[in-house]
Amino acid sequence: MPTSPSSPTSNNNTDSNNADYDVTVLGAGPAGLAAAVAAGTAGARVALLDAGNRVGGQYWRHRDEDTGAGHHHWSTLRRLRSAVLTGPVDFRPGHAVWHVSRADHGFTVHITDGREIRTTTLIVATGGYDRQLPFPGWTLPGVFTAGGAQALLKGQGVSVGRRIVVAGTGPFLLPVAAGLAEAGARVIGVFEAGSPDGFARHPGAVLTNLDKLAEGAGYLRTLLRHRIPYRTRSTVIAAHGVDRVHTATVARLDADWRVLPGSESQLDCDAVAVGYGFTPQLEIPLQLGCATRLDADGSLVAVADDQQRGSVPGVYLAGEVCGVGGAPLALVEGELAGRHAAYRTVAAVPDRRAVGRLLRRRSALRSFAAAMHASYPVRPGWLSWLDGETELCRCEEVSVDTVRRSVVDLGATDPRTVKLLARPGMGLCQGRVCGYATACLVAHLRGRPTTEQDLLGISTRPIAAPITLGTLAEG
Amino acid sequence: MDVLVIGAGMVGAACAYYCAAAGLRVAVLDRGPVAAGTTSGGEGNILVSDKEPSAELDLALLSVGKWVELGEQVGADRLELQHKGGVVVARTAEAATGLATLAKEQREHGITAVDLTPAELRDLEPNLTRDTAAGAFYPQDMQVQPMLAAAELLRQARDRGASLHTDTEVLGFRTGADGRLTGVRTGNGDFAAGWVINAAGSWGGEIAALAGAPVPVLPRRGFILVTEPLPVAVRHKVYSADYVANVASGDAGLETSVVVEGTAAGTVLIGASRERVGFDRAVSLPVLRALAGHAIDLFPFLAEVGLLRSYLGFRPYCPDHLPVIGPDPRVVGLVHACGHEGAGIGLSVGTGHLIAQSITGATPDLDLHPFRPDRFAEEAA
Amino acid sequence: MSYRFSFADKEIAAEAGQTVGAALIAAGYRSWRTTRHNGAPRGIFCGIGVCFDCLVTVNGRANQRACLTEVRSGDRVEPQEGAGRADLAQ
Repeated sequence: MPTSPSSPTSNNNTDSNNADYDVTVLGAGPAGLAAAVAAGTAGARVALLDAGNRVGGQYWRHRDEDTGAGHHHWSTLRRLRSAVLTGPVDFRPGHAVWHVSRADHGFTVHITDGREIRTTTLIVATGGYDRQLPFPGWTLPGVFTAGGAQALLKGQGVSVGRRIVVAGTGPFLLPVAAGLAEAGARVIGVFEAGSPDGFARHPGAVLTNLDKLAEGAGYLRTLLRHRIPYRTRSTVIAAHGVDRVHTATVARLDADWRVLPGSESQLDCDAVAVGYGFTPQLEIPLQLGCATRLDADGSLVAVADDQQRGSVPGVYLAGEVCGVGGAPLALVEGELAGRHAAYRTVAAVPDRRAVGRLLRRRSALRSFAAAMHASYPVRPGWLSWLDGETELCRCEEVSVDTVRRSVVDLGATDPRTVKLLARPGMGLCQGRVCGYATACLVAHLRGRPTTEQDLLGISTRPIAAPITLGTLAEG
Repeated sequence: MDVLVIGAGMVGAACAYYCAAAGLRVAVLDRGPVAAGTTSGGEGNILVSDKEPSAELDLALLSVGKWVELGEQVGADRLELQHKGGVVVARTAEAATGLATLAKEQREHGITAVDLTPAELRDLEPNLTRDTAAGAFYPQDMQVQPMLAAAELLRQARDRGASLHTDTEVLGFRTGADGRLTGVRTGNGDFAAGWVINAAGSWGGEIAALAGAPVPVLPRRGFILVTEPLPVAVRHKVYSADYVANVASGDAGLETSVVVEGTAAGTVLIGASRERVGFDRAVSLPVLRALAGHAIDLFPFLAEVGLLRSYLGFRPYCPDHLPVIGPDPRVVGLVHACGHEGAGIGLSVGTGHLIAQSITGATPDLDLHPFRPDRFAEEAA
Repeated sequence: MSYRFSFADKEIAAEAGQTVGAALIAAGYRSWRTTRHNGAPRGIFCGIGVCFDCLVTVNGRANQRACLTEVRSGDRVEPQEGAGRADLAQ
């Protein structure tokens, strides 16, 4: 049963309350597209912002001439893209948001070129990015994230190498490997650190999401066709080379991801594509003070209710930002958010049957996501792959030993203090890449599990995108 | 245990260091992690240049000497201690006159202050704006990484037997039948000692109240901008001549003046703002914009430099702009070491040294009378 | 349609809409800058603008993320060392 929607704001006249838009959607991936179209269709004045030049986000990375081969749910993208480009949504590409502040009219969205957009209601659909686990040699040129290899292939038509090792954990490794193979690269193998037979333990989730199973089976068929080995309980534990990678050490792992002694083998390669799940892009919800929680995959996510509302009035959340769960879930959450945001702002009453249908679909997709997280957990043994010199923080070149010293010698007890003392997370990426690993390492050194507070302490970023001091001063 | 130090920040660490060095058994308590409170919002200023002749300037001179010693003993690299010197810039004729007068008074007080013409300013800081009236160079000014320095001093103290108890909140004070302090109650049990040092920074007022010996320490919020890493583009700590007036101001409203300096890590830090807004941690865009604008006035190249992050902190200030240092006659055994406003990092080591002298019965190197904790009732009267 | 841009005394071809980073990877490069402390080579890592590893100087502007910067014909792309603002070093 759908819960009753939130009451509309008493003043929903855009002109008199000084807002440029009724609803502004941040992020034009599946969630943002669905949200913008739903809100626009309901009669709200909608802006859809994206830092990039095209709609689609990461999931639908494409080039202008793409026909959809190699993409999933392409017809959905085409429908949404068409609705956005021809309908009542203002799509604003090249709009990177560095800060969102609360205001009398609702929110002011600050763009890195100095522009500001005033909106009554905000929908945050900023997606996620690859989660990384450091290993010796991971900073060598030629080592890419799985998402980076995918982005280069789908968005740029470029393969990251000719002999590629794909490794990490999670179902995403399959489309990455399949895509590279179809593009003519030699994928030496796919090395999955976990052993995802866990799906067998979640039959209900699997049965209600047979299309996902079919998708997975399709990728496996592609791997078979290209004779690409798919090995479980194995991963890349080191990369070697001088100015670029030429060899990857692959090892077999036990259930905790510790290396099985003697199982290491060296693979000649010119690229490694590695990923260990995803983590949401949370800067804007955190700037606004939205509540967060630790999701089943160990990622910090923003809390969203049945209407996709965050804990701050006027903020809606959809997609990876409120829990990594893939594109179909993002589409559902986006549509829910768009409908409810429109009700809040322009009193467009959502169709109860549609909302009910969306909520049921959301529930099914969430249980699949939960099953997926349970099947591909990150196991703590990865810490044993590190040596003292391994760079935990790529930007500031902070080694594992330096981090260890800050805990053992200098008395740091949490990742934020470690960041202030040893500088991991103080570089240009502000901890986006090393944050999760730093939190895990520090908690491990303190003999305790990683907590939500650990991640929260290093995830707030008042400056969410690069901005010059000149642009800041002019505002 | 001889001494409990409440606060594992810069001032608490300095107290622990000097007390432990004097042979006292020390335990440091903090409700949070090491250096996570007031110190984590600090910039690392060790200045004599921004102080008029006063008890505070005396404390600053003493502290500068102690920092030099610490750099030699512990290692300047470990603290990221940089003997870079300070450059003060006057943009108008009026400011120039004020600066020259101040520099003269400071020289009479034992500070090294070199008057600079605009050309000499540019020699010292090639990227500085050409639009200046005069300047002054203070070779004694230094920069340190405050969290690192606090953690290092605590480590040194622990090497001499001190213990550190983080995530340990002081909930109350214990006194004996004679009214003398016997220790504190915390969330992790009781700690017993005859001396308790209130080094709780911006929360020094709360701790003092808990002990029944109020001192009016209140927070004064400041923001700092941090740029992307750069090669050395700003060689000294550089600030405008109106900084001194802003520090001394009693205004509750926003005061901004520009302070720009590089760090060992390559980033440039930009301050300084002061507001009395309690402990409000919300980011204030107008303040950030003002800081950026003033910094660009002084160093035009900053217009094209990227902003990496901003952080904020709460300076602990007292109404008469002097810290509270020394034993509290109202509660025997209680010693205060807080209220240093924006100078806490610099003044911490002088404070710690004086406190250790005080506790061991030695005559403090500086007269503590101007810093006495019970002065506020008199001043109000 | 193909664009051409210069990089380290060479001319590199790029397709319309391609990023500097993708074009460099396609041309066989894997790194175009060195890090501040260790002078280690870096190129693209995350490919989507999150990691800031792929910084390159484009038409005199330092620290552009190569993976996000679309090529324009005639662009002058240069590798970077350290913090990339050699013009500020004294």
